[in-house]
Amino acid sequence: MLTKRIIPCLDVKDGRTVKGTNFTQLRDAGDPVELGRLYAQQGADELVYLDISATQEARQNFTSLVREVARHLDIPFTVGGGIGSVSDVESLLEAGADKVTINSAAVANPDLIDELAKQFGSQLVVVAVDARLVGNQWTVFTHGGTRQTERKLFSWAKEVQDRGAGEILFTSMDHDGTKSGYAIDPLNKLSQWLSIPVVASGGAGKREDFLSLFRLTQVDAALAAGVFHFGEIALPTLKTFLAKNGIAVR
Amino acid sequence: MNTVIIKYPGGNVQSVTFALQRLGLSPVISDQHEVIQAADRVIFPGVGEAATAMRHLRERRLDELIPRLRQPVLGICLGMQLMCRHSEERDTPGLSIFDTEVVRFTGKSIKVPHMGWNQLYNTKDWLKTGIEGIFAYFVHSYFVPLNSNTVAQTTYDLPFSAALRKQNFFAVQFHPEKSGEAGGQILQRFLQQEFQP
Repeated sequence: MLTKRIIPCLDVKDGRTVKGTNFTQLRDAGDPVELGRLYAQQGADELVYLDISATQEARQNFTSLVREVARHLDIPFTVGGGIGSVSDVESLLEAGADKVTINSAAVANPDLIDELAKQFGSQLVVVAVDARLVGNQWTVFTHGGTRQTERKLFSWAKEVQDRGAGEILFTSMDHDGTKSGYAIDPLNKLSQWLSIPVVASGGAGKREDFLSLFRLTQVDAALAAGVFHFGEIALPTLKTFLAKNGIAVR
Repeated sequence: MNTVIIKYPGGNVQSVTFALQRLGLSPVISDQHEVIQAADRVIFPGVGEAATAMRHLRERRLDELIPRLRQPVLGICLGMQLMCRHSEERDTPGLSIFDTEVVRFTGKSIKVPHMGWNQLYNTKDWLKTGIEGIFAYFVHSYFVPLNSNTVAQTTYDLPFSAALRKQNFFAVQFHPEKSGEAGGQILQRFLQQEFQP
């Protein structure tokens, strides 16, 4: 049986991992390669590395970091942050990344999704969508959650799938950093409606949050950051807890 | 051991190289016939789309070379699919090493691609001992149905071929280079294979 995936996310700035709470406060959480290896040993199913560096120079260093991660890591990892073109993706894949995630660039230029899927295959293309409730509509935001767009979550997610994305990573900005649980309602709707895998992000605070997510929705994977980085939830304990409660995990 | 990884674009050549390096090997990446023919072991990786990959192989006449190789050859993911007779993916003829079709997952209740960790069972032949029940990492939208060359199965909607074997040709649908310690063990197992034609 295909198992549910647990995915620690590492935000990388200037070569170090950091974690934002509601995208504003940053705390240092260690060396990206070492932290990744630790998670792999502890049973992480995949990792995501997001480059949140501001400068072009730091972005180039990120490609070298991706190569080091690929050299040492024996599980799959996705990279993202600031990807804007086919050639950005090409260099990250050549460095050894397994998948790439695009966000703002996909909203600004949706054809990029088609181009990436055609050139590299859908399975390499993860589209990240950040959204929050505005009135009663789940509304898409870009640029690290700072810019509101005209797009609505569900129609955008469908378009992303139709254009050839292989997976959707949905972050509820209303839940991110709150540790109050995942955004069950929109995740349930997304995961039933789409035919590609959905990764849930934003809101994990305790292991019961992961259990509720997998019991109440059809999502394929749960992503979290701070709860892993600061040891609030240990991966082996989480996996055992989920298995005992009837969730298929590795 | 002289291990050669067949070079082609968009593939996961880099990941396979790193995985072999972690096992202490120094693999060579090449699309040169004489280099590939002289190898002790050949690895034929692949991520991407079948028709584009086959065109690339034909342009370098690797489609003629690979089926004639006599040393142990390991196809990974798309590499395994291309070793079959034909793929539904853009109606692409393959290398016909394994006499089987490659078809798309069509189940209504499943997500495609099949992405993540899934279990290997009914393991036999080169995967007979120590592999039953382990989890491996899969990413694919097309699959090889069960056939007489199947040596490991996985279930996603229905049971399909997770691994194949015919003479000196070995193949896995999953990514051993991305399947943690278990994956390293499977790569090691392939490297230990001897085949005398």
